[in-house]
Amino acid sequence: MSPANHGATIQQVVFVDGVRTPFAKAGSALGGARADDLVVKAFRELLRRNPSLPPDRIDDVAVAATTQIGDQGLTLGRTAAILSGLPVSVPGYSVDRMCAGAMTAVTTLSAGIMAGVYDIALAGGVEHMGRHPMGEGIDPNPRFLAERLVDPEALQMGMTAENLHDRFPQLTKARADAFAVASQEKTAKAYANGMLQGEIVPVAVRSPELGWDLVSVDECPRPGTSLAGLATLKTPFRPRGRVTAGNSSGLTDGATACLLANESSADELGLAKRMRMVGFAFAGVAPEVMGVGPVPSTQKALDRAGLTIADIDLFEIHEAFAVQVLAFLDHFGIADDDPRVNPLGGAIAVGHPLASSGIRLMSYLAKDFENNPSTRYGITTMCIGLGMGGTVIWENTNFQGGSA
Amino acid sequence: MSTEDVRTELPSAFAGEVVTHAKVRLLELPLAAGRLALITLDNDQDHTRPSTFGPGGLTALADALSEVAKLADIAAVAVTGKPFVFAVGADLSGVDLINSIEAARAITELGHRVFRRLGELPIPTFAYINGAAMGGGLELGLHCTYRTVSTGAAGLALPEVFLGLIPGWGGTWLLPNLIGPANAIQVIINNSMAQNKQMRPKDLIKLGIADAAFEPADFLEQSMLWTAKVLRGEVGVSRPEPDRQSWDEVVDAARAAVTARLHGATPAPGVALDLIAGAKTRTRDEGFVAEDEALSALMMGDDLRASLYAFNLVNKRARKPVGVPDKSLARPVTKIGVVGAGLMASQLALLFVHRLEVPVVMTDLDEARVAKGLAYVHGEFDAMANKGRLSSDRANRLKALVTGSTSKSGFADADFIIEAVFEKLDVKQQVFAEVEAVVSDTCILATNTSSLSVTAMASNLRHPERVVGFHFFNPVAVMPLLEIARGVQTDDATLATAFAVGKALKKSCVLVKDTPAFVVNRLLTRFLGEVTRAVDEGTDFEVADTALEPLGLPLSPFVLLQLVGPAVAFHVSETLHDAFPDRFYVSENLQRLVAAGKTGVYVWDGDGKPTVDPEVSALYQRGAVRLSAQEVRAKALAALAQEAQLMLDEGVVAAAEDVDLCMLVGAGWPFWLGGLTPYLDRTGTAEDINGKRFLAPGVASTRV
Repeated sequence: MSPANHGATIQQVVFVDGVRTPFAKAGSALGGARADDLVVKAFRELLRRNPSLPPDRIDDVAVAATTQIGDQGLTLGRTAAILSGLPVSVPGYSVDRMCAGAMTAVTTLSAGIMAGVYDIALAGGVEHMGRHPMGEGIDPNPRFLAERLVDPEALQMGMTAENLHDRFPQLTKARADAFAVASQEKTAKAYANGMLQGEIVPVAVRSPELGWDLVSVDECPRPGTSLAGLATLKTPFRPRGRVTAGNSSGLTDGATACLLANESSADELGLAKRMRMVGFAFAGVAPEVMGVGPVPSTQKALDRAGLTIADIDLFEIHEAFAVQVLAFLDHFGIADDDPRVNPLGGAIAVGHPLASSGIRLMSYLAKDFENNPSTRYGITTMCIGLGMGGTVIWENTNFQGGSA
Repeated sequence: MSTEDVRTELPSAFAGEVVTHAKVRLLELPLAAGRLALITLDNDQDHTRPSTFGPGGLTALADALSEVAKLADIAAVAVTGKPFVFAVGADLSGVDLINSIEAARAITELGHRVFRRLGELPIPTFAYINGAAMGGGLELGLHCTYRTVSTGAAGLALPEVFLGLIPGWGGTWLLPNLIGPANAIQVIINNSMAQNKQMRPKDLIKLGIADAAFEPADFLEQSMLWTAKVLRGEVGVSRPEPDRQSWDEVVDAARAAVTARLHGATPAPGVALDLIAGAKTRTRDEGFVAEDEALSALMMGDDLRASLYAFNLVNKRARKPVGVPDKSLARPVTKIGVVGAGLMASQLALLFVHRLEVPVVMTDLDEARVAKGLAYVHGEFDAMANKGRLSSDRANRLKALVTGSTSKSGFADADFIIEAVFEKLDVKQQVFAEVEAVVSDTCILATNTSSLSVTAMASNLRHPERVVGFHFFNPVAVMPLLEIARGVQTDDATLATAFAVGKALKKSCVLVKDTPAFVVNRLLTRFLGEVTRAVDEGTDFEVADTALEPLGLPLSPFVLLQLVGPAVAFHVSETLHDAFPDRFYVSENLQRLVAAGKTGVYVWDGDGKPTVDPEVSALYQRGAVRLSAQEVRAKALAALAQEAQLMLDEGVVAAAEDVDLCMLVGAGWPFWLGGLTPYLDRTGTAEDINGKRFLAPGVASTRV
């Protein structure tokens, strides 16, 4: 690279590796752990798995959390770097885009890599919803309601999901429940096939009453979930509504981390290039139907990349609510049970520690690519509170086909 | 034996015990290595109250191990602690309650019975030493098959010998058989005798005590991963077999060193060596029985009781000095003045700036002395920075805080002035008068006098209430004692401020009355006087100087004389003789020694062996009364007993405990003497001389 960066060509970003802590029900198996410690465990494991990376080569660290208070505050990207034992020369910062926090950490760092200002970057996300319930300490500006800037229901994610059912009457509760059952089945199958265990970093957690434990497995999945079982669940957001705990992601504790690099640094250091970033986009929608956000963000990302939805072979779409996935699939004319969609299951089964989920989607997509070398392009996409969607398009480095 | 039996045997020995619970959790190890029963030791308090083992804690652990032993499908058992603490051994607060050899034996046997279960399970056992592991805590780890240690662990030691005990819950048998007798002696005896030196985590690896070390950030996770790899055979642990050929030789050499140092003054090191010697051939059962016998005997001995008493004085009473005005009366101290720039003054300046981090102004009569004093302080900070004990930024900060001047005008805005000028009353009075002309009305004037009257020093001042004695011991940076002397007119605010400053200097402060030579110098001078008198009257130097060996003092009397310097010792003896002519002896021979410019009575040969300087022998004019060592010792102890009682009667300090604290931290007298008065009590000297004990039976002694 030239001493000054003028005229440097755009760098290709590769996803090197991703890990996560187990995902646990809020305040349960990981209840005794601090959020910052969860990030630290993930970072350290990531570095252990990539021993050829000298830690001082990491140019920046971004960590996402939605509620940046207490152990999720204090510029988590920097504190987690220090607590992980990274050299003091490695800087860090915090990111918040609610559920797409970790996705934004990845896209922001990747933009830096593309621009040539970073070679290697570390991204992370965490949400300890047991310690930090959704909405903790928020202070919405009264103008939101006084000036009707947003619908009063926009801040209650379950209500926005009900709103989505209203907007698209064809998205019935039956379809949502069927999607949820499939998510549980795909997750159970992925576990049985050993597809998920590898990315999980065991975490020692102390309970003052019970002593130390080693948490190694996800706590959230409910294998054996049936349509009949789901039919009995309450609809907490509306009387006789459609959104239940069974067709939504639950409140979850967990952290994720991934390593990003430009392609030449990855080659130089012998780092894996598991997938290549093609592009990304974020887009806004009405906050009261935030679940539809992935539709415009995906369209925008495809347009900018010069691709169409037909080019996408794999979809890791976040399952905040089944209805929100269905809204996306319907829009793009994809069947509810299309095998290209969330082949390893999703958040309805595995859980959704808000700001950390974006990186989990990427780790899953990297595995999907490995499992399917005939696929070339895939996306990770998610809906975001206050009416947004985010989409990242990735290219399979294992792709062996001739033409797209 | 079942745990039920344990309970009935020791019904309520340690009432009020903070019980360490043993919490069992079953979990799946990584790499599909099987199930682990993980026992967390936790007394449900924060890290400031580390987990200890009393009968309740041992019983809880026994219950946990019984539960674990019933589990059919576990691959391993591991023990770890609450955050920052593994376990710190026996609950010594209960020792006072053990008043029979049977009770002592019951608790030692209980420890063995519980701990050895861990080592004798049919499956591998692991200790994850996550934090402080002392005494019985570390021994519990030794019972395990494998040990990991956190690189962040602090407080790793077998300190029993330091306290007059032995690591008798398996330590003296398990450790030498694990790491060989030489390393075991280092850990059990040498560290204890080197001011209770702690080991670092890397020492545990180097010595072979721990098999693997992991960083604290994910210590337990990595320990469990390591466990899984050991169980799967992916990681092997090789330990060299201790060399049994040289075993006796190693123990004998250590015994010679211990004898040379202690002359049998206290039993624990020798008992520990006997057990380490025995560990060469004893079976596990025999080794543990030998420990039970030895440990229960030591538990009933006065040395242990005196050591625990001393330990409490140094760690508790020193932090809460008795008779001190409320700390809310203390005034802020934001600038210090030091009068004088000689060696003592420079050491004081160094200490004050290092600990208080406020500006310190040194003054002396001429530029050269000031420059020399400043150079000393700066040089010390540079040396600390070079050794990595100070960052260069901090060294810069501290150096910039010290300034020097030939004028006292720099004292104008100081809050605390200490003088360390020539030890003469009129000189010090004049210094204080000059200082008072410059400083505010509330600035404290402290004197480092060792023997002059604080009250007299203040007598001509406009504000005598601001004067206080602030008596350090040499070397100032090292010796923990600070005698703070209250003059007749010293007010509460001055005293409170003096104690606040003393505490900030990290000294052990004791309030003393303004009496000649305060506590330590008065007792040492009286005691040295008896020894020098014996020599003057005809006793051999060697006989007199070895007379106190059975006490195991840090220095023999004439070596102490050499360290203090004959001139200073003579000066103090004169001052005390003036005050108490009947009791304090002034040696004409010592005066001759000073006049001849001798630094002491000994010369050292190339091997560091002292012999009496022939020139000194020639100087000495001596009588013909040759006392035995025993007679010299009896006289010296009688003098100490009399002087200590008189000091209490005069109210020099609040209690005998303060006398002992002063001797422990000011003279370095040993724990097993309890400082001074417990030893005088238990030898009967106090009773013989004063007709009464200093301390009630059972205090610093075994209740009979």
